[in-house]
Amino acid sequence: MSRSVRLWLFLSAGAVIAVAFAAACTGLPHFGTPVHPYGDRAVAAALSRRTANTVSSVNFDLRAFDTLGEESILFGAVLGATLLLRLARDERKEWPEAERVLPSTRLFGALLLPVTLLTGVYIVAHGQLTPGGGFQGGVVLATGLHLAYVAADYRVLKQVRPLAVLDVADAVAAGAFTALGVAGLVVAGAFLANFLPLGTFDRLSSAGLVPVLNAAVGVEVGSGVIVLLAHFLDQAVEITGGGPARTRFDPPEPE
Amino acid sequence: MNLLPFLAAAWILLVGLYGLVTSRNLVHAVGCLAVAQSSTYVLLLAVGYRRGATAPVFADLPVGSPVVDPVVQALALTDVVVGAAVTALLLALVIQLQKRHGTVDPQNLTELRG
Repeated sequence: MSRSVRLWLFLSAGAVIAVAFAAACTGLPHFGTPVHPYGDRAVAAALSRRTANTVSSVNFDLRAFDTLGEESILFGAVLGATLLLRLARDERKEWPEAERVLPSTRLFGALLLPVTLLTGVYIVAHGQLTPGGGFQGGVVLATGLHLAYVAADYRVLKQVRPLAVLDVADAVAAGAFTALGVAGLVVAGAFLANFLPLGTFDRLSSAGLVPVLNAAVGVEVGSGVIVLLAHFLDQAVEITGGGPARTRFDPPEPE
Repeated sequence: MNLLPFLAAAWILLVGLYGLVTSRNLVHAVGCLAVAQSSTYVLLLAVGYRRGATAPVFADLPVGSPVVDPVVQALALTDVVVGAAVTALLLALVIQLQKRHGTVDPQNLTELRG
């Protein structure tokens, strides 16, 4: 299909989508409307389960089974990327060169690395109380670790990043979510049902199973993102040989 | 303007699809897919918005105050995570394509190879 035919096909299809979407929007409840039956029920349910952060309650209590599917997708993606980006037969790894870094940059990184990791742990641990939780905190933990790469170099990152441990942690945390669900089935009679004491509202120990599931997801997301980034960085920094000589993504030549 | 937030979502979707259709670089196409997907975040958050309400977190909020819809916020969170996972997988595929076929232009990927 030639370029112009494809463009015209898209423009006509896009016009149909635009008109149908706009027409459908006129049938929606108005923007900012006060009536939210699902939201009201979710808030009531979260408060009755002594969870201050309703979004966490929806994710890890009311719709925990959906979250199991979601983190399975994440686990599958990490597994798939690991398989796709493994070392091919005609490739080899090279130990990267040490890079010169300004002492002030190095100091700044060394000071901020523990602060960032602590922030990540805080966000995971307070998921049932404040905005945050396993997914967000896990990403903060994973990206925080890469301060070692930004503020020092790749060799330092490799030293602070135990990849074999993280691979296992990713799988164990993904399995822990299911194990907690089965524990709920055994103790409370339903998959992923809450079987822990609910605790006091607005305390760190509140919300029963929510903080535990939060922690499992936090470990899974954190280690998963680090493993993912590790494979992508390996491609850019370490792996040489294989394929044609072009190594960068060249922009296409204009027609 | 009651429709504007919903129409903004439609606009982002169409812009992302336009980029996807006209793209000559698969890395660019993956980026466009992410743009098209981000329209769903806008749509979800627009659906859940409630005038004069605040975030659905009751840690320092009196119980009973109006909050925006937490269900769509949780859906948007799911959306973000799945989107990031799919983007990572697609980029890994693009890297392998570049290595095995030497091109990231979908127009040049016509032949099948074992």
